[in-house]
Amino acid sequence: MRLRHVLQLSLKEIRGLLRDPLLMVLVAYAFTLDVYVSATAIPESLNSATIGIVDEDASPLSRRVADAFLPPYFMPPAQIDIAQMDARMDAGIDTFSLVIPPEFQRDLLAGNRPELQLNVDATRVSQAFTGAGSISAIVNQEIAGWLARDAAPVGMPVDLAVRARFNPSLDPAWFGAVTSVISTVTMLSIILSGAALIRERDHGTLEHLLVMPVTAAEIMTSKVLSMGSVVLVATALSLTLVVQAGMGIPIGGSVALYLVGAALHLFATTSMGILLATIAGSMPQFAMLLLLVLLPLDILSGGVTPRESMPQAVQYIMLAAPNTHFIALAQGVLFRGAGLSVVWPQLVALMLIGSVMFAFALHRFRAFLR
Amino acid sequence: MTDSMPAVRAEGLSLRYGNTLAVDDVSIDLPSGRSVGVIGPDGVGKSSLLALIVGARRMQTGRLEVLGGDMARAGHRARIAPRIAYMPQGLGRNLYPTLSVRENVDFFGRLFGEGAQERAQRIDELLKATGLAPFADRAAAKLSGGMKQKLGLCCALVHDPDLLVLDEPTTGVDPLSRREFWALIDRIRADRPHMSLLVSSAYMEEAARFDHLVAMDAGKVLATGSTAEILERTGAADLDAAFIALLPEENRSRHKDLSIPPRDPASDGENVIEAENLTVRFGDFTAVDQVSFRIKRGEIFGFLGSNGCGKTTTMKALTGLLDPSDGTTKIYGRKVDAHDMATRKRIGYMTQSFSLYSELTVRQNLDLHGQLFDMTSAEIVPRIAELAERFDLEDVLDSLPMRLPLGIRQRLSLAVALIHRPEILILDEPTSGVDPVARDIFWQSLIDLSRNDGVTIFISTHYMAEATRCDRISLMHQGRVLVSDTPEAIREEVGAETLDDAFVHHLQRAQDQDTPPAPEMKEELSAGPATSARRRRGGFSLARLLSFSWRESLELRRDPIRLTLASLGSVILMIVLGYGVSMDVENLKFAALDFDRSILSQSYVNDLAGSRYFDEEPPLVDHADLDYRMRAGEISLALEIPPGFAADLERGRPVAIGAWFDGAMPMRADTVRGYIQGMHAHWLTEQMRQVFGDQAVAGNFTLEVRYRYNPDVESLAAMVPAMIPLLLMLIPATLAVLSVAREKETGSIVNLYVTPARRLEFLLGKQVPYVVLGFMNYLLLLALAVVVFGVPVKGSLLALSLGALIYVVLATGLGLLISAFTQSQVTALFFTFMATLIPAMQYGGIIDPVASMDGMGRVIGEIYPTSHFVTISRGTFSKALGFDDLGGSFLPMLALVPVVVLLGAIFVRKQEK
Repeated sequence: MRLRHVLQLSLKEIRGLLRDPLLMVLVAYAFTLDVYVSATAIPESLNSATIGIVDEDASPLSRRVADAFLPPYFMPPAQIDIAQMDARMDAGIDTFSLVIPPEFQRDLLAGNRPELQLNVDATRVSQAFTGAGSISAIVNQEIAGWLARDAAPVGMPVDLAVRARFNPSLDPAWFGAVTSVISTVTMLSIILSGAALIRERDHGTLEHLLVMPVTAAEIMTSKVLSMGSVVLVATALSLTLVVQAGMGIPIGGSVALYLVGAALHLFATTSMGILLATIAGSMPQFAMLLLLVLLPLDILSGGVTPRESMPQAVQYIMLAAPNTHFIALAQGVLFRGAGLSVVWPQLVALMLIGSVMFAFALHRFRAFLR
Repeated sequence: MTDSMPAVRAEGLSLRYGNTLAVDDVSIDLPSGRSVGVIGPDGVGKSSLLALIVGARRMQTGRLEVLGGDMARAGHRARIAPRIAYMPQGLGRNLYPTLSVRENVDFFGRLFGEGAQERAQRIDELLKATGLAPFADRAAAKLSGGMKQKLGLCCALVHDPDLLVLDEPTTGVDPLSRREFWALIDRIRADRPHMSLLVSSAYMEEAARFDHLVAMDAGKVLATGSTAEILERTGAADLDAAFIALLPEENRSRHKDLSIPPRDPASDGENVIEAENLTVRFGDFTAVDQVSFRIKRGEIFGFLGSNGCGKTTTMKALTGLLDPSDGTTKIYGRKVDAHDMATRKRIGYMTQSFSLYSELTVRQNLDLHGQLFDMTSAEIVPRIAELAERFDLEDVLDSLPMRLPLGIRQRLSLAVALIHRPEILILDEPTSGVDPVARDIFWQSLIDLSRNDGVTIFISTHYMAEATRCDRISLMHQGRVLVSDTPEAIREEVGAETLDDAFVHHLQRAQDQDTPPAPEMKEELSAGPATSARRRRGGFSLARLLSFSWRESLELRRDPIRLTLASLGSVILMIVLGYGVSMDVENLKFAALDFDRSILSQSYVNDLAGSRYFDEEPPLVDHADLDYRMRAGEISLALEIPPGFAADLERGRPVAIGAWFDGAMPMRADTVRGYIQGMHAHWLTEQMRQVFGDQAVAGNFTLEVRYRYNPDVESLAAMVPAMIPLLLMLIPATLAVLSVAREKETGSIVNLYVTPARRLEFLLGKQVPYVVLGFMNYLLLLALAVVVFGVPVKGSLLALSLGALIYVVLATGLGLLISAFTQSQVTALFFTFMATLIPAMQYGGIIDPVASMDGMGRVIGEIYPTSHFVTISRGTFSKALGFDDLGGSFLPMLALVPVVVLLGAIFVRKQEK
């Protein structure tokens, strides 16, 4: 393999990209505005939750409880009656409905152990648990506070000091921004390298290359190199200019270490793009195949939901995907400030997966050329 | 009636691309009912002029009247579109490669609103007349160049046009087919005497057959008049000479009469290229059948033959692109080996179709190829200058090839094939579409190479004038070599006057042997009586819409892999995502840093470890350990219990337990915080109960939590109704998005420009099959949800299905909309992923409810159809709802349908800019 051929062919690929202004605009959008929008859109897990209150007691206590649901966690509670409750929940207007029964305050003071009812729309899984926990805590606190007007609190003096590390205010924008950069990296690199190959074949230029003293390895390496570099540069710019400087999100660890990881990840994903292109005969087939691969890669690699909650089998299978390791590395380095001593297993895994992917893709590519 | 009204009248017509003036102030009157030839060198604006006349290109300046109306007016263009037939330049660029020959013609018939019976009859006639009948079921992609041209003509002629415009129709067509082609045109003209014919051609021998000629150069008209007038004016003996005489002085001066010095017999001896019983089969089809030849050093060896006879396949076998099924090929006495880089460097190869990089400029193409052939930059620069001068490419060095006319592109290909000074040149129809001056210049350099540098040249051509210049030629037909000798000997052998006649003689004899004499192609082409019926004004036509649907669904059916991927893909994705995605936060790993090591502190840790939410990891050793393991993501929660915890508690002194959790993933972190606080409270209650007895914690009230719709808060039951909207957006949009962008890339979009088809018919027609496919996908996903996942539809199935239908219409519409304004397939694909995957997943209400989002995301979520369909899907699956309850979700989706469709129609252009 001659470096000169690879560089020349890479230069050709990059020139080709530059000829497509709309594509460049899209790449720029994906790494700037899209990162910003998705970072700012994701709510804190309990944000603006909608709650309806059926207050059949209408006592000072019930009003005190109802007034305790405050933004930004809750939308101002809607005072509704029991007949409206079901309809509103059915229509998805309210995620929670709290029913305060008649004579609640009186029964409470009389020690009759009155019962409050909280209805939760459990199809909104992300809010159901945290919301119910939070509502229950608020109700407890308010009732305890109301009762404590005239009694000293009883209890044990054990305090629980809970602190979040790496993102003390649990600002979801930190997570959203970085996750968005990571998933764009994967998507773009697979599309670019695979589509570049299919395009060359469709236009007959691949055949033309084969009558020249150029080897399959050179052709493939040039695609991996050019598309990988383009995405790597875009990532670096996005992370430093948009995420760090523009949005003011602190990066825990070394951006350089992250970029080394990203480069290895791109080695694997661009090879994967070539592999998919050799399996797909045409661009429409490639598009469908891409969807089939990209969606699980994106969703099951731990970027969207935590890996440990997935079934064991899925967790094991996803170990073969570069994304899983890259996301673990990126989260470690960018959020938790992990250094090389912590993330070296991910680097090794990415290198291994990348090499296997490249070798396999090259093998397929040679067969594809025949 | 012929001269009463001109078919085409142009005044001061100009067309500019960037800095190039393609058509420069052209004023002409073309009589109707005549045949008009537009002749001129490459790149003088012939094609641009024709494209303006048929309305494929948007007019810029000047006036143009075609068939009695102003072409600047869309109304007039729509009115006359059914009366014009246009065949664009390039081999079959407006054809659909996966459709068969018959289906291609059929599609055009449908577009022009012909009835089934009439269509079938005309297709039969046309295919018979063009000799394509035996190949009626072959896919257009598998036809040879000449056959594609014939098919293109069939497509143009399927309706009876009043103006037939052919842009270099016979380029790349063999002499026999060419004769047949013109015979066919003559018959059509005889049948339809009022039809005007407008042809551009690079074959001067053909130009003589036209009634009227327009000679063009550099965007300007040099001369118009009958052929005789032009010959007379220039005083030339034939049109070739007349044409050269018409050229401006500086162009003409470059032309010299060719002189071919005889080969030096001393150079004989060494066989450079050898083929021995070469046979190549594709499945049952034998493309090359036992072909043998030897080509000596410095020899120019010509390959002639009908289209599709195996010339290209033979050449590919010589370059190592194809492996012979039988026999051997040798270069310099060594067997051709695809991996032999040294041999590759000695060969220059030029393919039949343009195969250089359209995204690189002419200079960049030349440079890249030089680099790949390991020339140094010091060698490349002067070499490019030399080749640019020789092939007259200096003015276009920094242009993109696709902006250049065919002839110049061919010259560029040649220059590229020569850049590394190869010892062998294998040229597959290198001069197709190149004008006579450029052809002669090109041949001069071939002769120089052969005679002076000893370069061996293997060339295929359809020009007899070129064949006579070869040292030896072979005639090929249906994979076999009919005759191989010097041109002179071949002509004399059959006693023919010209080589052309000898060629036709051989071909006809071979054909007669193959098949019983074909019935003479005398079938009269019926000048359709239904003509007048078809002349309706071009309003919106359901028939045309359906003809697009028919074609699109045919293309879909020709691609079973894609269909399988679409349906199998949704099933696989649903299963993977349904089981894989879990919003539950369980099995969180935690570890304790217990400085107290008392029974009390142990009980605290055990309480946590015993819950299903937390899994205990080996205890932490010190703060450094805690730090490391949290950074590495091994634990998401660390507890620190201070020394003297139990003792202090006993004495009633305030103590604090430290809990650090990983905030990197905010959603998980929130849940962890909730859990740990709950566990802490629970532990405290238990401790108090043990110390103070039950009355201390006698609950003063209870809060009963009811999880509705999904009592077990199972992720699966919640995720399945959300996955259907996600997949029904992604898959139909991805299926649809390539349909328009692909046509733009391959060139068949030109059919929209020049047929009566309207933009809405085009888009909606294309959408229909994708909507059907998308809805079938929905049914599949529904069955999967109910049967495999056991998630029943509790509410109205009808509401869900109707919602799905509207949603699929939107998803495919979105795909077509993106398709309409993107130029390349790559961009279209990336755009689709950006415009479907991200908004549907992040802002579609699948994970977080739209109501709780902020900023732009909220706005996108409210508009984007996914959020509404998620409401419908969850409502019908989980909440037992029907139309009454979900009306609010149908309306925003319905309102989007016309928006998406109309935007698509706006972005698709009816003319090329």
